[in-house]
Amino acid sequence: MIQSGFPVAARPYAAIGEKLGISEDEVIQRIKAIMDSGEIRRMGASFDSRKLGYSSTLCAVHVPAEKMDAAIAAVNAYHNITHNYERNHHYNMWFTVIAPSKERITEILHEIEEKAGVGPIINLPALKLFKIQVDLPVIDG
Amino acid sequence: MALVRVLQEDIPISPQPFAEIGEEVGLSEAEVLDKVHEWLANGTIRRFGAMVRHQKLGYTANAMSAWDVPDERAEEVGREFAAATEVSHCYQRPRADGWDFNVFAMIHGASKEDCQKVATALAERVGIEDFALLFSSKEFKKVSMKYFIE
Repeated sequence: MIQSGFPVAARPYAAIGEKLGISEDEVIQRIKAIMDSGEIRRMGASFDSRKLGYSSTLCAVHVPAEKMDAAIAAVNAYHNITHNYERNHHYNMWFTVIAPSKERITEILHEIEEKAGVGPIINLPALKLFKIQVDLPVIDG
Repeated sequence: MALVRVLQEDIPISPQPFAEIGEEVGLSEAEVLDKVHEWLANGTIRRFGAMVRHQKLGYTANAMSAWDVPDERAEEVGREFAAATEVSHCYQRPRADGWDFNVFAMIHGASKEDCQKVATALAERVGIEDFALLFSSKEFKKVSMKYFIE
């Protein structure tokens, strides 16, 4: 229930405990244990980057094997880049960029191309958003 | 902005977390709660809660499906994909050099084969054969965005 129904109230853990029939203290201990286990990546607010005035995009680039380490280092160095994956395509590196402006995104992409000696990076900002869902139903096993 | 900076960190696991947050930024507990409620209502905060690791909950595979959809059908096809429970994110994006696909749908499943089945079913539903299924073979980075730190 803490996935999307976290109570925004003065005593949130007491409110959760009331629903589950356990004490506030027990809720706190259990959540701490779950956090320690690593099952929860983080717990808090997830902001809409656009509402905060930020621009975001999805980018891809072809990285030859011999340049992979340099490309990973160049891309991962930016706090603006939160997700970076290797995928099975000619464009084999895919990452997201979130920055205060579109100009800053363009600048970051140029910097990466220069630093890692890769490119051109394709820049694919969303034109339309049909769905964004962070919660997934939990399935067993 | 100071409140955004604190709220994007983990919420304190103590009896009155919003009072603690308020102390950090010079607001009362009530002021913090009001602001969070306001931001939830207007969408500035997309969600408030725990972000779980999907791999740990049985979703071991995800595939980025990308589709070459005639532009005039992008809206209709995007909405159709978005209605599928296995699809968590769906966007229309521009095409690019060497990249003809304009509709993206992130598919989640218990296995790669599962994701493939979902994609095949989606293809049949919308009558579009030209798509790519990109699996992530390595995760180089996955963190939450931090705003207003530059």
